[in-house]
Amino acid sequence: MDKRLTEEQVVAELRDGMTLGIGGWGSRRKPMSLVRAIVRSPLRDLTIVSYGGPDVGLLCATGKVRKVVYGFVSLDSIPLEPHFRIARQEGAVEAWELDEGMLQWGLYAAAIRLPFLPTRAGLGSDVMRIHPELELVKSPYPDGEMLVAMPALRLDAALIHMNRADSSGNGQFLGPDPFFDDLFCMAAERRFMSCERIVSTEDLLAEGTVHTLKINRMMVDGVVEAPGGAHFTECPPDYGRDEAFQKDYAATAGDPEAWSAFRSRYLDLGSEREYQEAVRGG
Amino acid sequence: MSDFTRAEVCAVAIAELFRGDGELLASPIGNLPMLGARLAKLTFEPGLLLSDGVAFLLASVPPLGAARGAKPIIEGWLPYRTVFDVVWSGRRHVVMGATQIDRFGNQNIACIGPFEKPRAQLLGMRGAPGNTVNHPTSYWIPNHGKRVFVEAVDLVCGVGYDRAAALGETASRFHEIRRVVSNLGVFDFGTPDHSMRLVSLHPGVSVEDVIELTGFELRVPDPVPETRAPSAEELRILREVLDPDGIAAREVSA
Repeated sequence: MDKRLTEEQVVAELRDGMTLGIGGWGSRRKPMSLVRAIVRSPLRDLTIVSYGGPDVGLLCATGKVRKVVYGFVSLDSIPLEPHFRIARQEGAVEAWELDEGMLQWGLYAAAIRLPFLPTRAGLGSDVMRIHPELELVKSPYPDGEMLVAMPALRLDAALIHMNRADSSGNGQFLGPDPFFDDLFCMAAERRFMSCERIVSTEDLLAEGTVHTLKINRMMVDGVVEAPGGAHFTECPPDYGRDEAFQKDYAATAGDPEAWSAFRSRYLDLGSEREYQEAVRGG
Repeated sequence: MSDFTRAEVCAVAIAELFRGDGELLASPIGNLPMLGARLAKLTFEPGLLLSDGVAFLLASVPPLGAARGAKPIIEGWLPYRTVFDVVWSGRRHVVMGATQIDRFGNQNIACIGPFEKPRAQLLGMRGAPGNTVNHPTSYWIPNHGKRVFVEAVDLVCGVGYDRAAALGETASRFHEIRRVVSNLGVFDFGTPDHSMRLVSLHPGVSVEDVIELTGFELRVPDPVPETRAPSAEELRILREVLDPDGIAAREVSA
């Protein structure tokens, strides 16, 4: 089945108020072309679940976000995501801040249709105080251990970015870490994968071993071919992080004039193609 | 004047955190912790597993600084998912930083001010809650002062001894804050109520300095030992092998 879509067609599947999971990690292999398409759309009031990077920062800075579920939001080479910091410090977004492992457990619980998964992570920390809705659960076995019952983080839609994919939705990572992209897809009702290049199914093993086929077509509803789609985050081995661009992006935080120039140059455009042209032209 | 620097004393004190750990994953966060862990691996703790900070376990021990050294020898694959498994299995010793730490070792790296609308959003909880209740944790604090060593932290990310005790014996059985190393001295929690104790002062630091720069009442032994000086061999490894560019020293306030 041919599941190819454009970024605009993916965004047309999304609704105000949805909970969106975004794959990748920090400023690494983020589905930025889909994030940019959301920025160009009228979507709002989104809840974003993410091992956060500039996906979270951009969506906060453009007023798309009501709530963020995260363990951190970082640009890696710039430890703190400045646009996210401003959103938090202005109280502009609601925060559900968790231990990184709790976030994985919540996605995994949703993926395998459990209401929660038990974990020791969170016990004794202020995670429990700032989120009073988190409950403990007692082991029914003789140990009687009290554990955190990490609730399933069910997603309305998941957005991920892979190095290669075929048009039916089999996806391949060629970098060092698959992150949690398969869990994001499995936790979601609707699953959208962008990729650097669509290849034929028989060519999926041309560049990587079978172990790199982390995403299969059961997990995916739509595939977007987006060369440079992770820019300015890294997408090895296709390209590294655009550190100069990231630095410029970070410098626009708290500087309305610079932010407005950045927006009109890179975000308030007609399409992802225009963005890629603007980056090349820069 | 001694023939070693404060940063070198700190590197050795951090290396000492790993003594006896054997084959577990050492996760040093920051340049000086990285230097200390690598020094431990090259000297008295060769069994330690070290990652490249991306997704590989390295059998070789590269110098600090990305551009330096030969191509590292990879001995394993450690994507983030596997790191979380290792955390929860307990075979890990992390050295984290702390924006704030209190007398029982509760640590904050997430935000300053009220969580709902912080004055400063910092790193976030990251892995601190899970780390501290699952495996040994130590802290490295390069800027010992009253804004870091506080009476009460704004948000408890890493769990301290009072919080762990309140969880009961079962839930707290894997909790261990081994030590805190700062630019002034070494500290542990080996007191009856597990409140922070001065273990040793770095050469050239006085007890008064430390007390003055600590925002809570510190247990102080009498006399106070001095932190072990680096050996000639350790100095050679630090200067010639692990940090020829002196990258780690930039992390330390004198």
